[in-house]
Amino acid sequence: MWETLGIWIQVFLTLAIFSFLYRDNPFYKFAEHLFVGVATGYWVVLQVRNVLLPNLFEPLLRFSDPWLLLPLFLGLVLFMRLSDRYSYLSRWGMAAVVGIFAGLAIFGFGGGDLIIQIRSNILPFIDREAIAAFTENAGLITFLEILSNPIFILGVICVLFYFFFSKEHTGALGIVSKIGIYLLMISFGASYGNTVMARISLFIDRAQFGIVNWIPTVIIGVLMIIAFIVLAITGKVDPKEQF
Amino acid sequence: MANRNRNTEPTMLEKIERMDRRIVFLAIAITIILPLIWPLGLPIQVSPQVEDFHDAIESIPDSSVVLFPNDYDPASKAELYPMTEAILHHFFSEDRGLKIIGLGLFPAGPPLLQRAFEEVAEEQYGAEYGVDYVNLGYKEGREIVMASMGESIPKTFPTDFFGTPIDSLPIMEGIKNYRDIAILVNVSAGYPGTKEWVQQVVSVFDVLMVSGTTGVSAPEYYPYYNSGQLAGMLEGLKGAAEYEELIGKQGIATSGMDAQSLGHLVIILFILLGNILYILNRRNKNRNRGGRF
Repeated sequence: MWETLGIWIQVFLTLAIFSFLYRDNPFYKFAEHLFVGVATGYWVVLQVRNVLLPNLFEPLLRFSDPWLLLPLFLGLVLFMRLSDRYSYLSRWGMAAVVGIFAGLAIFGFGGGDLIIQIRSNILPFIDREAIAAFTENAGLITFLEILSNPIFILGVICVLFYFFFSKEHTGALGIVSKIGIYLLMISFGASYGNTVMARISLFIDRAQFGIVNWIPTVIIGVLMIIAFIVLAITGKVDPKEQF
Repeated sequence: MANRNRNTEPTMLEKIERMDRRIVFLAIAITIILPLIWPLGLPIQVSPQVEDFHDAIESIPDSSVVLFPNDYDPASKAELYPMTEAILHHFFSEDRGLKIIGLGLFPAGPPLLQRAFEEVAEEQYGAEYGVDYVNLGYKEGREIVMASMGESIPKTFPTDFFGTPIDSLPIMEGIKNYRDIAILVNVSAGYPGTKEWVQQVVSVFDVLMVSGTTGVSAPEYYPYYNSGQLAGMLEGLKGAAEYEELIGKQGIATSGMDAQSLGHLVIILFILLGNILYILNRRNKNRNRGGRF
């Protein structure tokens, strides 16, 4: 019974959110506000149950790790922002948070991105293996493999020149930076294509859910359409108006 | 007056160019829903990065420990949940005795992971919680959690998703830190996710890692795959479908591929139509302007 009720609620909320594509409306607003409230409540409970209790309060109550008093203190002083007199104390907690995250980020970028990525960009201009593969099995794919390294190397150089701002982009530098910007546009296009794919996937998931549970989808969908018609007739919404 | 009206009235081409966007939504919705009801069975080609992902998991010894962080929430469920299920099929279908340690750095990730564990590992392969797999749950701290697990996994996660002390679970016996992990299989929707696992764990502890990501994040992670920091990659629902094809277990991702392909086709047609109309309208406007002056 509870499972059935859950499915009906899921269907209603899904259709309520999708109804925004028609126009802004009370169903959408209700679903949006409900989501914000539920998400906030869930997050608070999760932080207490999964983080604060097992990692802080329980070890402190067992007196197993007195060093945990330090993060407890730094966490509590963050609330001092609410007091005019002692708000300076909150900077200690904030300083610890910023310091730790900055340290980890610098360390991560340095070791994981900068050095290894530069190293992986040092490639032979002519890939002998690709040439050997082409000689063995001549075709479009094997031919494109030969072009892969030159395009990669020249592409990196052109894009780096595009971001070189100390000299006006005219003459040879202008041409190189122009190629750089075209390459950037190609990469933006690829990213946009991936974004489209991701968004369609989201709709596919909801559509699959609606098809599997087609009875509540049809009933709630029809009721919503009737509600929109009533609102349009009574003049409370203008059906031509978009969001 | 009549002349002026004729000039300001939009032409048919202009009307089509400015069509109600809801018509576009409806067209895309119909194109996606129809193949879900009547599948076309379009072929699926497996990409090299998906094969590499599969081979990396195959390469680890039997009875190895797999770290399986699922860093996503319901907003990315459509793309990543099918991926999680497909990966779990691979883990458990060959009866290799792999020990799976799941966790999530997104608050709503662990419940989704738990559902996948129950639906695939338990129901289809009879895997036992605490013996064959465990869900360590969510922990706030992002990169700090990753770094801290390098020192001690039990200290970072003293209890599991259900609040059970993890030292009471047989699967966690002898597992201290990343040195005891054979492969890190991350399913990631953004921050914190694949990028941070690479930066904080792969580059520091030299752990073998593969990643399944959303389509939006994939371009950002390709450099890691090219540099060898990621041994394999799954990209969005397409990657999940390719993986299902590879392991011979067609599931929800495969069934969505026809809809995905047709949806893309309609969007391409709309982009082309929009550009053609734009060019034609601009040409008409220039012609009218030339005639007037």
